[in-house]
Amino acid sequence: MSILVNKDSRVVTQGITGKTGMFHTHHSIEYANGKQCYVAGVTPKKGGQVVEGVPVYDTVAEAKAETGCNVSVIYVPPPFAAAAIDEAVEAGIEVVICITEGIPVKDMILTRDRMQGSSTILVGPNCPGVITPEELKIGIMPGYIHQQGRVGVVSRSGTLTYEVVDQLSKLGLGQSTCVGTGGDPVNGLKHLDVMKMFNDDPDTDGVVMCGEIGGTDEEACAEWIADNMTKPVVGFIAGVTAPPGKRMGHAGAIIAGGKGTADEKIAALEAAGVSVTRNPSDMGKLMQQALQK
Amino acid sequence: MKIHEYQGKDILRDYGVAVPDGKACFSVDEAVAAAESLGGEKWVVKAQIHAGGRGKGGGVKLADSLDEVRAHANEILGMTLVTHQTGPEGREVKRLLVEQGAPIKDELYVGLVVDRSTQRVTVMASSEGGTEIETVAEETPELIHKVSVDPKTGLTEVEAEGLANKIGIPDELVGEAGKLMRALYQAYWDKDASLAEINPLIVTEDGRVMALDAKLNFDESAMYRHPELEELRDLDEEDVDEIEASKFGLNYISLDGTIGCLVNGAGLAMATMDIIKLYGASPANFLDVGGGATTEQVTEAFKIMLKNSNLKAILVNIFGGIMRCDVIAEGLVNAAREVDLSVPLVVRLEGTNVEKGRQILADSGISVISATTMADAAEKVAAAAAGV
Repeated sequence: MSILVNKDSRVVTQGITGKTGMFHTHHSIEYANGKQCYVAGVTPKKGGQVVEGVPVYDTVAEAKAETGCNVSVIYVPPPFAAAAIDEAVEAGIEVVICITEGIPVKDMILTRDRMQGSSTILVGPNCPGVITPEELKIGIMPGYIHQQGRVGVVSRSGTLTYEVVDQLSKLGLGQSTCVGTGGDPVNGLKHLDVMKMFNDDPDTDGVVMCGEIGGTDEEACAEWIADNMTKPVVGFIAGVTAPPGKRMGHAGAIIAGGKGTADEKIAALEAAGVSVTRNPSDMGKLMQQALQK
Repeated sequence: MKIHEYQGKDILRDYGVAVPDGKACFSVDEAVAAAESLGGEKWVVKAQIHAGGRGKGGGVKLADSLDEVRAHANEILGMTLVTHQTGPEGREVKRLLVEQGAPIKDELYVGLVVDRSTQRVTVMASSEGGTEIETVAEETPELIHKVSVDPKTGLTEVEAEGLANKIGIPDELVGEAGKLMRALYQAYWDKDASLAEINPLIVTEDGRVMALDAKLNFDESAMYRHPELEELRDLDEEDVDEIEASKFGLNYISLDGTIGCLVNGAGLAMATMDIIKLYGASPANFLDVGGGATTEQVTEAFKIMLKNSNLKAILVNIFGGIMRCDVIAEGLVNAAREVDLSVPLVVRLEGTNVEKGRQILADSGISVISATTMADAAEKVAAAAAGV
């Protein structure tokens, strides 16, 4: 098993006729069961085309009616991306994964408000996507570094996630599912939500969580872990050396008003019983040790 | 994006927020002329830089006569203002705001931010104006009152007046204060602000409520729909290297260490800075080249890093995903040939086509210290910087 996506998912790419959407759909289709999982694409006014062997529709609702798609991945440019999320939510898509970086925060506040009461799960925006190794890759991560296995990975960043996965795979520790929650301040799934899913997943034995400066998602997750988590968790927080008041690449990675520092997050995780390393080269090794205990 | 106080007040004035009459000035003569045309008997001369704490640093002065306006303008304009937000090197003052003095009776605070946990805008108000809100939050959190705003309704009259009441606005002025807060919220929302702070919000002796200061920051991601704000950008207030880097799609932030870092991805870039520190050296910058990392980008990144006289070594840490390591290695080799690499270069490549990439570096003849893991790279770059 796995969380969020698997070989039975039916995926629609929103923004499939764009350069980015086309490129990543191509690579995702090539990965594992991608060919059977990628069933539709959507670009307004481009319905009727076939891209990467996938039929294109004008709207998500149409794509869903025709193909039964239940997961969407969004590569739509920032000014239109929040509306693309809205469209997928309205069409009743179960899991929406938004890769787009640079969506205005106001647009996301409105979209998240409209999502209240909806059962749709949003991953991202500004995230690498979700992969269940050897089953399905949805997003921009390099597929080949992953191995099927029993470690869950949750992270706010892209390449740092690849770094963890690579370390795990080289130690022979495969992954159940890897989830990038994204680097934006207003987003869908948080560490906490993903952690709960991994805790409930019988095929996940332990979790590596990567956090970074900004906000209090990691602290909220730590609090829940302390009372509820039944599996070992290994953590790393990026940005111990980041200066306050400066946005470190990600829109959400900023220490504001003295809050959101790496040290606070590390302390919260350690207090919750998470094995935290300050050395990003040791994340895999630490997971290996935690699983052997 | 940050703007100056006077620009923020212009925006707020358009939305109906009461602010003192004032004028932006670029010379001493302009400042005196501004005071004269504003009229009155008291004026305030305020340094305009993108940093807080200006008053404590000597950048805000009261004047009782036009001669005093001249004297203060003379002193402040061109001074290097050091505040807790400018760093020890300070910032040169090139613009002034001359305002009519207001008879202050009470100093309060109102601020707006996006609350990440509620995913809404939060309005914060406090009776403790004039001091840093962080200090109030630390020492007397019960004096900060908050409203989480429903984006569908905006800040309502009831909510705004409720806040005004709680921070001790006199009953007869609660309506006016509520109106001011709602106008402030509307400006924040319409202009895609990421932060708004009025500190202090004042009640005057003659019974008015007014924004005596205005700090507005805006969401960079929304700038495409605000050309009117883009025009307010003051490049003098921004880091030259950071501006230069942004032209090439590089995300660069200057730091005070000695190891230049060039990394793809923000999270990995921060982790690279952290591991450098862990191995006893310190990072000279944050630099995220993004997913692509073309020869042109790498060349520009090298050029920007090499401008730093503190630089003792460079660490390149690339996790090749969709972007292949051999392509990146070629970019590195070309870039290294184009610039005069005067410091040791440690390169750690991992990911797609890594063997090919390492081979290209080895065959290039450029002097590269090759590393395998991040720890290996950090250890090697720390040693290289120490001259070992």
